[in-house]
Amino acid sequence: MTHLDVKHIQQSFGDQHVLDDIQFSVDEGEFVSILGPSGSGKSTLFRLIGGIETPTSGDIHLNGRSITGKPGSVSYTPQSPSLFPWRTVLENVLLGQEIQGEKDYDKALDMIERAGLASYEHAYPHELSGGMKQRASFIRSILSPQSLILLDEPFSALDEFTRIDMQQWLLSMWENHKRTIVFVTHNIEEAMFLSDRVIILSHRPATIQSTFDIPFSRPRHEDLLLSQDFLTLKKDIYHDMRQSHT
Amino acid sequence: MRNLIIQGWRPALVLIVLFAGWELSTVVFNIEKWFLPPPSDIITVGVTEWTDYNQHVFATLKLIVIGFVIGSASGVGIAIALHLVPFLRQSMYPLIILSQNIPIIVLAPLLVGWFGFGMFPKLIVITLVCFFPIAISLLSGFQQADRDLSHYMQMAGATKRQIFRKLEWPNALPSLFSGLKISATYSVMGAVISEWLGANNGLGVYMTLASSSFRPDRIFVAIFIIVAISLLFFLLIVWLEKRVIHWQTAEKRDSHDTP
Repeated sequence: MTHLDVKHIQQSFGDQHVLDDIQFSVDEGEFVSILGPSGSGKSTLFRLIGGIETPTSGDIHLNGRSITGKPGSVSYTPQSPSLFPWRTVLENVLLGQEIQGEKDYDKALDMIERAGLASYEHAYPHELSGGMKQRASFIRSILSPQSLILLDEPFSALDEFTRIDMQQWLLSMWENHKRTIVFVTHNIEEAMFLSDRVIILSHRPATIQSTFDIPFSRPRHEDLLLSQDFLTLKKDIYHDMRQSHT
Repeated sequence: MRNLIIQGWRPALVLIVLFAGWELSTVVFNIEKWFLPPPSDIITVGVTEWTDYNQHVFATLKLIVIGFVIGSASGVGIAIALHLVPFLRQSMYPLIILSQNIPIIVLAPLLVGWFGFGMFPKLIVITLVCFFPIAISLLSGFQQADRDLSHYMQMAGATKRQIFRKLEWPNALPSLFSGLKISATYSVMGAVISEWLGANNGLGVYMTLASSSFRPDRIFVAIFIIVAISLLFFLLIVWLEKRVIHWQTAEKRDSHDTP
């Protein structure tokens, strides 16, 4: 069932053409990555889906209803973990619910514990490591009432091994909670490892250059990253992206 | 406490040297007491005459506290109004800057002329000097809210009111306190100046009387008391800041640990 439907989005700022005829859809419970070079308009696309910007033309539907220019339908996690420094971990993860209405303390505490943040629920964000902050901000997304989660390069500031751990943790959370995730990244491996499908954006103005289905079975393990099939597919994607970059 | 000794001995030493030098030079250069009294004399006068002048101290303290409360409340109110209503911000901002260009010393006698020697004109003077640092720093604090956090709130469907209460207000608290610290010292000056220009009692009056009767020792007593009040007031705000903004003091402590 189609969850998110992005229809012929165009976006320009003045004479700067950023997005050109972007069209894709994401199914319920699907994990889709949008892969593109820096400055290709990925963040603009997120602001459009998030409803805090309106496209020059085109329409965005969620569950068949138009959400173009209407915020409140998605849960967004920006590049930085963006926890509120004056809130404890518990207060931070409950923020999404707080904005929309009811707060479920028990579920929040349970998730915090399962994310390995037990005994940190009353800690402030500056007391956490980078990976812990990302986990807290992802719990916030899962706890939010919105069923579509947008993740904007959440792991770009982490070191290699922490990143792989976080990716596996993210996958396990996603498998347990069955949310639809749209993930933005410029890292080919990350996109492949996590997603069911990878959408590749071209350079400015961004168009959808190609789409790759990622056939690897789930649950996925770290070993996949070094397997022959994985590397072959990575090569294909790499060449595809390289073409548009020159 | 140990921290206070470790960090405080340098300024304390400077003060002691300063006062010792002052005391010595009045003896060495044989300076007349009506010209420049030594610190020991000032302290003696301050202690022995306490019962004569303490009413002035309390009158001024009362004025400072009431004036500061009204002044900071208006500062906060103005900042919130200007932040939430863009039309107000565009139209009133220049007026607020302008209000600080009015020399208070010239304005005060006018206010006394209009409203008499009571508390009201003095409170206007204190409010006028107090609200400005608070309004300006709070306003910039509101506007410096993190962009990522603000995008998060907007996409989550937060209302303007929620964004203000959950993001912009807590984000501006450190700025509010830096405004409050400046205003705390300003309010003391404002109170003394307003009393100078017409009052029945208060440290400003006491100073005017001391100066017209050639009693520099009493003037210095008043100065020391004013300095002490300012300092205490400032420390009170710092203490409050530490209690309210617990997340930031901890952050500073962290950054000290890792050089």
